[in-house]
Amino acid sequence: MAKKSALVQGNQACAQGAIYAGCKFFGGYPITPSTEVAEEMSAMLPKVGGKFIQMEDEIGAIASVIGASLAGAKALTATSGPGFSLKQELIGYACIAEVPCVIINVMRGGPSTGMPTGPGQSDVMQARWGTHGDHAAIALVPQSIQEIFTETVRAFNLAEKYRMPVQVLFDEIVGHMRERIEYPEPGELEVIDREAPTAAPGEYKPYDASKGLVPPLAAFGAGHKFHVTGLNKAEDGFPTTKAELVAAEEVRQIQKVECEEARADIESNEEYMLEDADVVLWAYGSSARSARYAVNELRKEGIKAGLFRPITLWPFPVKRTAELAEQAKAIIVPEMNLGQMIYEVERVAQNKCIIDGVHRVDGDPLNPGQIMDKVKEVI
Amino acid sequence: MAQRYEIRFSGAGGQGLITAGIILAEAAAIIEGKDALQSQSYGPEARGGASKSEVIISDAPIDYPKATIVDACLAMTQEAADKYAKGIKKGGLLLLDADFVKTAPEGDFIIYRLPIMRMAKEDIGREIVANVIALGAVIGMTDVVSKDAGEEAVMRRVPPAFKELNQKAYNLGFEKGKELIN
Amino acid sequence: MAYDYEKSIRPGKLPHIWCPGCGHGIVMKGLIRAMDACELDREKTTIVSGIGCASRLPGYLDACTLHTAHGRAAAFATGVKLTNPEMNVICCGGDGDGTAIGGNHFIHACRRNINITYVIMNNYIYGMTGGQFSPCTPTGMKASTTPYGNPDPTFDISKLAIGAGATFVARTTAAHPREIDKLITQGIKHKGMSVIEVLDDCPTSYGRRNKFRSVIDMMKRLKKDAVPAKAAAKMTPEQLEGKFLTGVLYHETDKPEYTEQYDALIKRVQEGA
Repeated sequence: MAKKSALVQGNQACAQGAIYAGCKFFGGYPITPSTEVAEEMSAMLPKVGGKFIQMEDEIGAIASVIGASLAGAKALTATSGPGFSLKQELIGYACIAEVPCVIINVMRGGPSTGMPTGPGQSDVMQARWGTHGDHAAIALVPQSIQEIFTETVRAFNLAEKYRMPVQVLFDEIVGHMRERIEYPEPGELEVIDREAPTAAPGEYKPYDASKGLVPPLAAFGAGHKFHVTGLNKAEDGFPTTKAELVAAEEVRQIQKVECEEARADIESNEEYMLEDADVVLWAYGSSARSARYAVNELRKEGIKAGLFRPITLWPFPVKRTAELAEQAKAIIVPEMNLGQMIYEVERVAQNKCIIDGVHRVDGDPLNPGQIMDKVKEVI
Repeated sequence: MAQRYEIRFSGAGGQGLITAGIILAEAAAIIEGKDALQSQSYGPEARGGASKSEVIISDAPIDYPKATIVDACLAMTQEAADKYAKGIKKGGLLLLDADFVKTAPEGDFIIYRLPIMRMAKEDIGREIVANVIALGAVIGMTDVVSKDAGEEAVMRRVPPAFKELNQKAYNLGFEKGKELIN
Repeated sequence: MAYDYEKSIRPGKLPHIWCPGCGHGIVMKGLIRAMDACELDREKTTIVSGIGCASRLPGYLDACTLHTAHGRAAAFATGVKLTNPEMNVICCGGDGDGTAIGGNHFIHACRRNINITYVIMNNYIYGMTGGQFSPCTPTGMKASTTPYGNPDPTFDISKLAIGAGATFVARTTAAHPREIDKLITQGIKHKGMSVIEVLDDCPTSYGRRNKFRSVIDMMKRLKKDAVPAKAAAKMTPEQLEGKFLTGVLYHETDKPEYTEQYDALIKRVQEGA
């Protein structure tokens, strides 16, 4: 039987993916261009017995999501530019307290109010370093309606598995455009639920990493009385200022995402015509669609171009980017910002090849012609 | 080489042109099983201002989601014509509202005119269906999807009470569109 | 026989961080007695706080405890309560945390009439950061950031809660320990948002700067200026000058409770489908 399909917007597909993943709580605040995620969740959640709340502000939205997650629900919020900035402190809270949750950021221009109805990709560094203090980050950058669905499901899986906030970033173009989606059947995509602790009540330590880098998280109300705080804490969850404990916890929280095993699990890339590529277009989100179009056109002209598309932007695909820098004559990074990921590519490429960028921040998407011009200029 | 066909609907915010684009994309992607992608751009206004909706229909996966060289373009207002009737391919077609676009943009494309708003008001009796007339006309002129697929997509989108009205509007647009090119 | 507080306190977590003479400990004892009076199952009780001296309170109590970020207690608590309406949810914190940085969450929790009990300890000052003035510092008084006297008007927290839509609002002071647990008990039993404002003292940051010679002076002031709401009804405006009302200030039972409303909405949607 043919799968159920529909023509839906990126933002709708995101909400539908969340429901598929078992999301039972949405706390949000209206903001363009992400609002349709909230609208869709407000309609769908009650049908599955979940809770939707429109909070008084962006900070309240992420706060309610963290509270809901601690009470045991898979929880989601969605926002854009200014709202993403407002949420940063509590994204850090979810990092240090290790509370699973998913944050959708439908990127628009900026800074400040910027261009609310125009696309942008200028929050990619904020997704890495927006909250203060050292921390790990996971950010996924889907490029199509189908992929928004599957990556939202994956975001919940990663949040629950690694016990931390996971960010899904797509730009206004992908958020608002419509394409056909084929809905996976229940069970077709993996859905991960958080690991419940096996400790007896009274014995449970919420940050006991003796059995692995990610300690199991109990839900409030499920029989364990424990403490959660944003302060540096010991394995029992209570504040500590003991130097060795503070440092060890911070290192563990980064290691749980950046160790080799976790990276292999979290990283996801697509490669197109890279085998013999002299020029690598290193692009993500809607810019990668423009880049792929450009690859096809350049190939027709005899230029050996290829596309490397990270679907997981953070952790950064260090290994593969370094390999491509060895292979190619040039890596071109098209981004709808004035240069953000290009610096990370430069850092990893270590002068092994030419690195150049194509930028656009005027509210229009990067078009393939611009990218092709840059490729021809560089080679 | 994959066939990529690009259509742009433009007009004032609130005229339903984004909906027209969605209906066309649904006819192509869901009813006819082609690859289709609809996108839009608009200003801060909930109503008014110039807005556009683009539909790309292809027999292969669509990479770049916006128009490259437009095959067919609709402009319902002068502002929309000035702002969005651009990038139309040589020999492509531009459909203008005969009453609301006084100054046609210049270019190497064929210009057609239909009094779309007036038809909605006088022939159908409701201005609100102007977008469906326009959609019918564009399908009639381009055959980018079949007449039936377009009609079915319209019927899927409108509430039961308005089915007849919209069917009438769609068919009127389709016939007038066919007349224009024949 | 002395009251058994020990069973409610987490082993090894005392001594607390509060200064000698601080009223927060009195409030914590009152909260413990109220939780006992309501026979709250501690495994089904989440105590949520923000940041500040008063916000350290949950860490000492044997329950599910959530020490959040500055000002955000009510918003975190809303997420907990809405997800699990069976949970007893209690917020506690100070005046700056609850009505300045967290003011928006506070008033909107009141507006929703969500079944949360918010114990707000008003000691007129930001204590933890060293005594800066808060929205509740009386005009003219000194704080580390009002060396020439506070030019700002003040919030009346109870009136704010009533105006915002809380359905049980009461006020007492750290000098009235018996009334603290009586009012918190009523608040916990009330179905809807309840706010218990406890006027408190901060000898270190507020008293010292404002010529209170001792903690006893501060407590005497709280006793002297407190007027039970019932008694106030018979007093003239002149007699009430400089006083504040205590006891139950507002109690309403007709307004629907938020999580019940949402559960009814779910039922309606699911039956309609």
